[in-house]
Amino acid sequence: MIRLGVPSKGRLMEQCFDWFATRGVRLSRAGSDREYAGRVEGAEGVALVLLSAGEIPRELAAGRIELGVTGTDLVREKLAGWRSDLVELAPMGFGHADLILAVPACWRDCDDLDDFAAIARDFRAAHGFRLRVATKYHRLVRAWLASHEVADYQLVDSQGATEGTVANQTAEAIADITSSGATLRANNLKILSGAPILRSQATLFAHRGAMGEEMARFLAQLGVAAG
Amino acid sequence: MIPKRDKQAVGQRFLAAFRAAGAVEVAPDILLPAETLLDLYGEDIRARAYVTSDPLRGEVMLRPDFTVPVVQMHMANGAEPARYCYLGEVFRKQDPGEERPAHQRDNEYLQAGFELFAHDADADAEVFALFHRLLAPLGLGAVTGDMGLLMEAVRALPLSPARRDAALHHVWRPGRFARLIERFSNQRATRDFPEASAPWSGLRGADEMAARITRLRADAAEPPLAPEWPARLERLFAIAAPLPEALARLGELAVEWPALRPAVARIEARAAAMAQGGIDTSAIRFDASHGRHTMEYYDGFTFSFLAPGRADWPPVASGGRYDALTAVLGRGCGRAIPAVGGIIRPGLVAELEAGA
Repeated sequence: MIRLGVPSKGRLMEQCFDWFATRGVRLSRAGSDREYAGRVEGAEGVALVLLSAGEIPRELAAGRIELGVTGTDLVREKLAGWRSDLVELAPMGFGHADLILAVPACWRDCDDLDDFAAIARDFRAAHGFRLRVATKYHRLVRAWLASHEVADYQLVDSQGATEGTVANQTAEAIADITSSGATLRANNLKILSGAPILRSQATLFAHRGAMGEEMARFLAQLGVAAG
Repeated sequence: MIPKRDKQAVGQRFLAAFRAAGAVEVAPDILLPAETLLDLYGEDIRARAYVTSDPLRGEVMLRPDFTVPVVQMHMANGAEPARYCYLGEVFRKQDPGEERPAHQRDNEYLQAGFELFAHDADADAEVFALFHRLLAPLGLGAVTGDMGLLMEAVRALPLSPARRDAALHHVWRPGRFARLIERFSNQRATRDFPEASAPWSGLRGADEMAARITRLRADAAEPPLAPEWPARLERLFAIAAPLPEALARLGELAVEWPALRPAVARIEARAAAMAQGGIDTSAIRFDASHGRHTMEYYDGFTFSFLAPGRADWPPVASGGRYDALTAVLGRGCGRAIPAVGGIIRPGLVAELEAGA
């Protein structure tokens, strides 16, 4: 039995259902919209598990589901050593979002990460504490800033309404997921030039220990190479 | 797997040797206030240390190293010269990145350490000779460096004070430092700072931005750094050889770069003191870039002892001079104390001894 984990809500769920339908596998909710049980037609030995998108990485790593759809950002942020537990099978072409670093749009002297590093140094000297970056992607942002040798900053945790932290003066910059950038502009923030911290999209992942014959057959049916 | 008891026994052996060398044993707390450590080490330490919270004391951290609590203890009630030693656990998260290694590294391990607070010029050699003697039976490779040499080299570059301060600030970040030097070496187009339509937002002040823009405009008018300077810096950073040979090459470089002479003389004096203590200096390596990848607050002599054939191991012992750290910690009381010290990892020593 292959347990397939799919986000339980909204547009992401619908796009997942469409992606599988195009490949001959019809996924649907069993019964009403309020039920989190799922139905699978067109494939043998596959069960649908509807889960909160944020829980899918953990469930995959633990082997409580064999296949799952989630963002590359969530896997990389939440699972230390993720390649040891998961196989990244196929990008699915939707759920695109970039993890970016944004600063106040009024900072005319800040275009790129070099400017940011210099401003962080000045800020720390002027204010006596490290420039604060609000984010919920602690591991990704820290690893990225470390690889670019940016010092003089600190992360502050923000699990929601992150774009508002700068105006509220609880942070000087933010690192968050954005797709259109509209929320950033509305909050008078701008994205630093250069490559984003991470380009994410909905991706099909498998539990590494579940890559057997049964999985190979199902992946062949989906037209997905087995990693 | 070596039982903890055995590692503890190895640690006790080093502790006894440190006491015999005149050190007073201290036992800092395991739960330390997080704020000081976070302010000093920033996100590097947050990524590595276990932070938890106490209802009364606020954020606390499981001791990630001994240096800070020992310095604080000394500043509160010590007098120079002072020698301290300790043995205890430190706690470090080991985030593997994308893949889990086959052998996970310990996230709690023992450190046996020795710290010397003294205005004595031979303090570096004293600490190094002590570690060298205690570790001699293990056949480790000793590598030394000197961050003071690099900082004096940077201070002597023909740069404006603003450029010099930026370069000094980034000595510990080789990529960023290299980019700065490259930027200083090329005449750059004057930069525009187009008006922003967005209203002012956030804690950084408009005056802070104006000051930076003024600085950047002045910087654009600076003459480029002459090409011989980046070339000399490259030669300096690349010096990595047995100590006598490295000193010879430093001497050659100092002919065209006289500002290096005091630092080179200091390294020479240290080498002479080591030799006088019976150390074969040709078996000690000097790597000019050695301290650049270590903790930012090592600002003078640095050393590590590495186990040959164990490329995946951290140093079995390491240390150095950290006057900059005592200066930061002493900000409140206007004190800075010359300090040099190091730690040995008894767990790794126990593994080497078990394998021998």
